[in-house]
Amino acid sequence: MSTELPLYHRPAHELSAALRRGEIGTVELARAVFERIRAVDEKLHTYLTVTETIGMETAAEVDRLLNRGEPLPPLAGIPIGIKDVICTRGIRTTCASKILEPFVSPYDATVMRKLHLQRIVLTGKLNMDEFAMGSSNENSAFGPCRNPWDTDRVPGGSSGGSAAAVAAGTAIAALGSDTGGSIRQPAAFCGVVGMKPTYGRVSRFGLVAFASSLDQIGPLTKDVTDCALILNAICGHDRYDSTSADVPVPDFTEFLIPEVRGLRIGIPQEYFIEGIHPEVETAVRRAIEQLSEMGAQIEEISLPHTEYAVATYYIIAPAEASSNLARYDGVRYGYRTPNAEDLIEMYRKTRGEGFGPEVKRRIMIGTYALSSGYYDAYYLKAQKVRTLIKQDFDRAFEAVDVILTPVTPTPAFRLGELVDDPLQMYLSDIFTIPANLAGLPGISLPCGQTREGLPIGMQLLGKPFDEGTILRVAYAFEQANPYHRLRPAL
Amino acid sequence: MEFEVVIGLEIHAELKTRGKLFTWTANEFGGEPNTRIDVITLGMPGVLPVLNRKAVDYTLAAGLAMNCKINRYSRFDRKHYFYPDLPKGYQISQKDYPLCYDGWIEFDVNGEVRRCRINRIHLEEDAGKSIHAEGRDDVTWVDFNRCGVPLIEIVSEPDLRSPEEAIAYWRAVKEILEYLDVSDCNMEEGSFRCDANISLRPRGSQEFGIRTELKNMNSFRFVQQALEYEVKRQAEILRSGGQVVQETRLFDVERGVTRGMRGKEEASDYRYFPEPDLVPIEIDEEWIERIRRSLPELPRAKRLRFMEQYGLPEQDVIVLTGTRALADYYEAVAQSCGDPKAAANWVMGDLIGFLREAGRSIEDSPVGPEALAEMIRMIQDGTISGRIAKEVLEQMVATGKSATQIVEEKGLRQISDVTQIEAWIDQVIAENPAQVEQYRSGKTKVLGYFVGQVMRLSRGKANPQQVNALLRKKLDQQ
Repeated sequence: MSTELPLYHRPAHELSAALRRGEIGTVELARAVFERIRAVDEKLHTYLTVTETIGMETAAEVDRLLNRGEPLPPLAGIPIGIKDVICTRGIRTTCASKILEPFVSPYDATVMRKLHLQRIVLTGKLNMDEFAMGSSNENSAFGPCRNPWDTDRVPGGSSGGSAAAVAAGTAIAALGSDTGGSIRQPAAFCGVVGMKPTYGRVSRFGLVAFASSLDQIGPLTKDVTDCALILNAICGHDRYDSTSADVPVPDFTEFLIPEVRGLRIGIPQEYFIEGIHPEVETAVRRAIEQLSEMGAQIEEISLPHTEYAVATYYIIAPAEASSNLARYDGVRYGYRTPNAEDLIEMYRKTRGEGFGPEVKRRIMIGTYALSSGYYDAYYLKAQKVRTLIKQDFDRAFEAVDVILTPVTPTPAFRLGELVDDPLQMYLSDIFTIPANLAGLPGISLPCGQTREGLPIGMQLLGKPFDEGTILRVAYAFEQANPYHRLRPAL
Repeated sequence: MEFEVVIGLEIHAELKTRGKLFTWTANEFGGEPNTRIDVITLGMPGVLPVLNRKAVDYTLAAGLAMNCKINRYSRFDRKHYFYPDLPKGYQISQKDYPLCYDGWIEFDVNGEVRRCRINRIHLEEDAGKSIHAEGRDDVTWVDFNRCGVPLIEIVSEPDLRSPEEAIAYWRAVKEILEYLDVSDCNMEEGSFRCDANISLRPRGSQEFGIRTELKNMNSFRFVQQALEYEVKRQAEILRSGGQVVQETRLFDVERGVTRGMRGKEEASDYRYFPEPDLVPIEIDEEWIERIRRSLPELPRAKRLRFMEQYGLPEQDVIVLTGTRALADYYEAVAQSCGDPKAAANWVMGDLIGFLREAGRSIEDSPVGPEALAEMIRMIQDGTISGRIAKEVLEQMVATGKSATQIVEEKGLRQISDVTQIEAWIDQVIAENPAQVEQYRSGKTKVLGYFVGQVMRLSRGKANPQQVNALLRKKLDQQ
């Protein structure tokens, strides 16, 4: 069925096979995607920078290599977009912030070096919430990105551009970053697959830091197979990131077997709370039943400290952010106010004019939480609760292999709906935040649609460095369902 | 009222690792501004620090040499403040878990042994340098070459009781770090500097008085002057019933006074928190033992041993152990020639003098310890005289040739042939009847004159002992 889809709507593994068989050309594929960008991106605004010249050059190069019959890596020639929080040499890296608007990175992030080794076709830098802070992409200094399923709605955030691009076909796949759900939540809102790998699985070198102990780069793709392919390309120890783990990386495609018999799936009671959208709950419960019918063993479990996760996160993440964002001072790069009389005024105006309101809010929260006299009550306490949350998962994973939950309490909300209610906005990450606090891998994949036709996602969480098992369950579920083949009408 | 001075020092020493603390870029002094930099040094978006473990080795060496305990769990913390020469808006430092803590060193002040406890030694990164353009107040430049250079901060307890003692302690720390070869301790280049906390209290009191902090001093003389000035200033305030203001003061070198830092003393809040980009450092017994085994003999231990083993006076030993290189050199000479006293005299006196004139140091001396020992042995076996040896050594320093070579080439071999010497003596006696008369009338001091004349005739080559003996014999017998 999917072979009838236009090229830009087809998953990478199919395109890769078609390229190798000579059914399509890389230039042809790249052109299809860049034309798609021209056709729909005015409406969607998935990109902040489109790199058509660079992308087409690589495409031509890949075609030459294919014609010569050279062996190429799996992602060769695949048009991939990159969240604008990942440094790309010689290309603007703005973090959707005015303060980095003129910033051209002099170096490539480790993941970019790895993707270039695969000879991907770089399509450009994708829209996002400023410095990855937000759940709706409305915090982009360059205008919001819209949900391709309903352009009055948000694509989620902060990797909203990445998720919307993959859903709309302005990219075949994308990289995002996930600090509290920033890959999984927009993936759910846009009906695509998004994975946050285990903390330490993917190098953070070149990922502009939001909250260092929580940030992780991961793929957004049209299906689970593509997710495994990109993980294969980007995972692994990096000596430039001391927090990257020196553990073996398996071939993740080996986990793609449609078989869940005997696997134990935990359902945490704390994740089916009051206020959860009924259609979301129904879709997720149906997915649970389906997996049970397929032979998985369903276990009720408890993660008792879940209710403290959002509060804990909103101490730790802003604290680290307030520190990580201290470097944007106008001295060495990026925006500098044109009208300052002295040093202090340069700092004040540069930062005052350069950062948007949500970023400022979090810098203030974080600065407060780290202030002397408050550090113990906030930051230190939050770290202790974080340990408790992690222990919840350790205990749970003694009894189950994966944990299944909704990704978000609601489907995509409307632009402007939550802008004036930051607390409600923060709660949209309630189911995704715990995995960041515990450092666990989590995948979001489509498991249904609302009556209005909005995608609904489910989340699978795994043990540390056990991305394989959640890929396996996700793949089995995907193969038994049609959702990953649905495309928005634009 | 009699006051007791209470001083504590925070000494900063840059470590001489090849790379910077968190990046591979060369750690070297100087260079054109902003040439020893990279994306990490500049705090570009997205970069991460990677710990240079050699810097930890060096810090542990300093800690063990100063009798510190080693934290088995140590970590880095971020210290926040805004300044143009601090690229990330925070300095990676250590707050709660410094690498080393609770140590002490002993040092001598006027022949007495003193001990100063060390509170902690921690590792951190240095900042860059702001350069304020002369005559322009609209522009400041920043040089990041020094930024990220590993720096240890050695914090003493307030155990020092006079400016003199503070300087002696500071010198002792410098000497230890130099012996360990972990820091250049180059004060002019700023790789060794210190802050001092100083207060006064009535003698006998147990409580500390209110202290002032003197910042960023990099000369022994200035520190001494600054501390002495502070002692006087604080004593005057206290005697007149006033109160010392707790503040940071800078030393005005030109006027020899300290001055409160302009404006603020708003307590700065550095908002420390554990550096999330680095993993904690776990130090096991094996690591500590590896460093302990690598420690050289330290200056004080070496001094005591030199006095004991070589029977040298303390003053000589202080000179000879001034640097590890000099001490090693001396020891090699002493052992090779078998005469520690002679070795000491030649090394301390003529060798150092000639090297200084040649603009060289002991490390790049053209005369190796074995070559000098050979020369001393030639004195011992009478091949050359001490006087000739001086000349020979000068030639050795100038040409790098061996003593044997120079003696052969210039024909400087000492003449001990009695017949030859007697011939010279006879000539001198014949030519100086007046002096002979003097000698015989009891003015035996003129003997020296005769010796000089004989030596002159021999062009310095006659064996002086023999000349002396034969002269006496001749003059006395007639």
